[in-house]
Parts: sequence; structure tokens; C-alpha cells
Amino acid sequence: MIGGIAPACPKCGGVNRPGADICYLCREPLGGHPGPGNRPPAPPPGANAFVGGSPPPAPPPGANAFVGGSPPPVEARPALRPIPMLLFTEAAQHNVRMSVLLFVLLFAVFFLLGTAIGGAYGDPRTGLGLSFVLYAILGATAYFSGSSIVLSIHGAREAGGEDHRQLRNVVEEMAIAAGVPPPKVYVIPGEGMNAFAAGRRPEEACVAVTTGLLDRLNREELQGVIAHELAHVKSRDTLYNVCAAVLVGAVALLSDMFLRGTLWGRRGRSSGEGSGGRGNAAFFVLALLLAVLAPLAAKILQMSISRQREYHADAAAAGFTRNPLGLASALAKITAGGAQVPGENRGTQHLFIVNPLRVFDADSSALMSTHPPTGERIQRLRAMGGLAAGA
Amino acid sequence: MAYIPLVLVAVVIAWFVAAYNKLVRFRNQIRNAWHQIDVQLKRRYDLIPNLVEVVKDYMAYEQETLTKVIEARGAALSAKGPAAQAKAEGLLTETLKSLFAVVEKYPELKANRNVASLQEELTGTENKISFARQFYNDSVMTYNNAIQSIPTNFIANFFNFAQEAYFETEPESRAVPKASLR
Repeated sequence: MIGGIAPACPKCGGVNRPGADICYLCREPLGGHPGPGNRPPAPPPGANAFVGGSPPPAPPPGANAFVGGSPPPVEARPALRPIPMLLFTEAAQHNVRMSVLLFVLLFAVFFLLGTAIGGAYGDPRTGLGLSFVLYAILGATAYFSGSSIVLSIHGAREAGGEDHRQLRNVVEEMAIAAGVPPPKVYVIPGEGMNAFAAGRRPEEACVAVTTGLLDRLNREELQGVIAHELAHVKSRDTLYNVCAAVLVGAVALLSDMFLRGTLWGRRGRSSGEGSGGRGNAAFFVLALLLAVLAPLAAKILQMSISRQREYHADAAAAGFTRNPLGLASALAKITAGGAQVPGENRGTQHLFIVNPLRVFDADSSALMSTHPPTGERIQRLRAMGGLAAGA
Repeated sequence: MAYIPLVLVAVVIAWFVAAYNKLVRFRNQIRNAWHQIDVQLKRRYDLIPNLVEVVKDYMAYEQETLTKVIEARGAALSAKGPAAQAKAEGLLTETLKSLFAVVEKYPELKANRNVASLQEELTGTENKISFARQFYNDSVMTYNNAIQSIPTNFIANFFNFAQEAYFETEPESRAVPKASLR
């Protein structure tokens, strides 16, 4: 439903629902549908800071923010309520428990896989020992430097200097609204529009956005995106996500190593020399089975991680900014403009605000996706903002 | 079987400690949120002279607007008591808005990098003030909910956890602003 034909406002660049007559942000008449290739004009950074001379700071609690002082054309709009703090505490505790469970589960997988692969080569105990060493190294890496690994995969640089002042300000604003310490801010050079957050604890969190996102979103939309990321930080989704990213990769690595080794035929030689050929064969079948199944299981785990969490983070972002339409407009722009990220890969796809690998079929295949369909997310946000869903 | 009463007592004490600590945590969060507002207000006071310094040469015919901003800043700085301060702060916000409206009229001012960066800083600070107040009010709500609902209200009554006040905006700012675009 939100394809490439979301009409962009010629005045403020806000992306509107297809078929809308006037811009929902500034009430400017839209006048027909621009073609699918028509990109919203990139507002210069800071241009939207003070629309029409009146600053758009967050309204007092209970009110809803709208730029330019013009109220929306809806009378009965449900007031946005703050997300209760306990909800975040519970979500955070849940995520810590799930992270522990992840490590335990992975321990079991490594135990089985290590024994089986070792057995296939004639020595289960060495295989077990080696896989334990690997598990310890990978686990420690995931826990202690997971975020810096993810940041460096995508080529993120720390945001400094005058160019990123607005971004840093927006991050600080949203950190205040969310009640978390201000995270470190990173920028990923790249045309695509995307963002992610990482970090074990809110105190050591970081947020990264692409330069494409910075160039094309206005201040309100940027606030929405950052608020979404800080909601992940506050509920400690980031801990679980980063652990999952590294550990899912580790399982894939281990089974890959085995499968490639099998293809190269090393196993054939060793079984010829070994005396316990039959035991090895049983182990070999087990290892083969596990090596095929384990990455699949890890993948399912990774997919199940995040769909509900994305909705929750969207709702929380609306609570922080008191302006669900900013994030809705940002998501529409991201869908229209492309969410690709340098260094994108299957291991980290679930970290981003919009999945960088499958934006265009987002509506069609919800079953195998890490994210809910973006169109559905936008509709829910619009409904929160009082705009009728659907239509 | 003889341990059952002991276990029950231990469970009650554990709950009691946890609930008490939760209330303390909420109350401290409110105080911290209040100080956060002060930090941002202070930052706004510090930024305004810089902005005035940069724009005053360009704005020979707008001295009145600048004078109003400076006066409002002085009044907000010297205001005594929360109510008076809230009123003065509201006035300062209004004068800043009109100053930015004036800046829009001067193309060479808008193009000035210093002005643009100061304007962004002040926008950010204004937003931070609003979000800090919002977070303060959210914290007050969570805390007040906790001390009024069963069963934590027993602990709250016993240890004199008093209700905290919300930050209220002054009545005139509730009036619908007249939008005059073009």
C-alpha cells in the first residue's frame, strides 16, 4: 500500500498517504501524484528547525505536536499516553533473561555440533574441546565488543563537527525524553536511509544513522527515528540483538567450516585411516544433520526476535516525541528512498529500523521477515496520530 | 512444616524492601528530572547573549526585538519562585520566537553560518527543555500512580512519600495560537 507513490509535499518534503489532498504536516495542497521515481526534495539540514518562524518544540504532556501551529483536521484524536516506565523495566528484564537463554542454547548447539564434528573426524573429545574454546572466544567477543564489531562492519564513524550538530542535538533531546543517558552518535556514509542502535546497557549505548537518512529527513522525522532507536536501547533490545547477531553468525561459521571441509574430501581420508570407521560414520551423519539444521534454527530464532519489538519501539517512540506522524513520515520516506546500508548482511539485518535487505517485498512476505511490514507500521502510527488507517 | 511461617515472613520482608526501594528510585528520578530542566534552562541563558551579539549588527532596525529578548532573559534569571519563573520562561520563549521570525526576513542573516548554528543550538535547547519537562511529568505520573495504588500505598503512607506536583504551563499558553502563515 505504501509503494513508491507516496506523494511528497512540495513545501516541507513530508511524505503523505497516497491519495491525500493536502500535506498532513503543513497543509500545503499536494496537487496530483508525483511519479514513482519522484523523490521528495531533500531539505537542507536545519531548514525545518523553525517552520514559519514558530519553533516546533515538544508540546506539554498530553498535547500532540504539530508544526506550524495548524491543528490537524480531526476533532476527536486520542491523547497519546506516556509509556509506563515499568513496561520498559519488564521488557529490559525479559531481554536480559532471553540473552542468557541464548547463550545457554548456543552452548548446547556447540556441545552437540562439536562432538559430532569431532566424532566424524575420529575424535569426539578434541572436537568438543575445540568447540568449547571457540564458544568461549565468540561468546566473549559477542558480549564485550559486539557493538563495535557491528559498527565497524557497516563502516560507522563517530559523528563530530558542525555538519552533525543537528543530529547530536536530536539524539540528546530524545535521550532526555526517554530518560536514558545520551548515547554515542555514529554516522554511516551511504546513500540509503537507515539507522540502528547497539550496546549492552543504556549507559554504553550507541546510535548510528546513514548520511542518506540525515540528508533527506527533516528534524521531526529524524526525531521519530532516533526515538525509535532509543526505545530499543531503553528496553535493552540492543543487548539481545547484538548477541544474536554475533552468535547466529558463529553457528553459521561452525557448520560452514564443517560442510566445506566435507566437500574438500578431508573426511574421506581420515575415515580410511581410522580404525573405528562405523562409529565415525554415525557421527558423520549426525554432524551433517546438525550442520544443516543448526543455522536454520538460528535463523528462525533471529527472525522471531524482532517483529513484536519493532511495534513496541514504534509505539514508545510516539510516546517520547508525542508525535507519531514524524516517525510515520520517516518510515514512508525510507520505504520510498531505499534502506540499503554499506556492509549489509543477513547477520545484522534485524538490527536496523527498516530491514536493509528486504524493503520492497516487505508487505508480501511477513512470515520470513525480521521486521513487520513497513506499511502496517506506518498505518498503526498514523492511527495513533488520529489519521484514519487504511483508505 | 515449621519453616512455613518463616518463609512467609521472609517473602513479605523481601516484597516490602523491593517496593520501598522502587518508591525511592521513582522519587529520585523525579528530582533528577527536575535538575535536568534547570540544566537546559541555564544553557539557554548562556546561548542567548551569543546570538544577540552575532545578529545585532545586521538588525539595525529591529533593536526593539533584541531589547525584548535581553529583558526577558534578565527577568527569567532574576525571577523568584516557581510560578514567577514559569511565567518569565514562557515570556522568554515567546520573545525568542519573534526574534527567529525576524531572522527569517534577513537573507544574509539566514546565510550566516554562525547564526544558523546558534539557531540550531537554541532550537535544540528549547526542545530539550520541553522534553525534560515532559519526562519530569511522566516520572511524576509513574510515582504518583505507585504511591496511590494498592498495595504500595501502605508503604507510601507509612514512610510519608508525598505526592509530587506536575509541571503546569501558564494559562495563557493554553490559548490556541493564531497561525499567520503568509
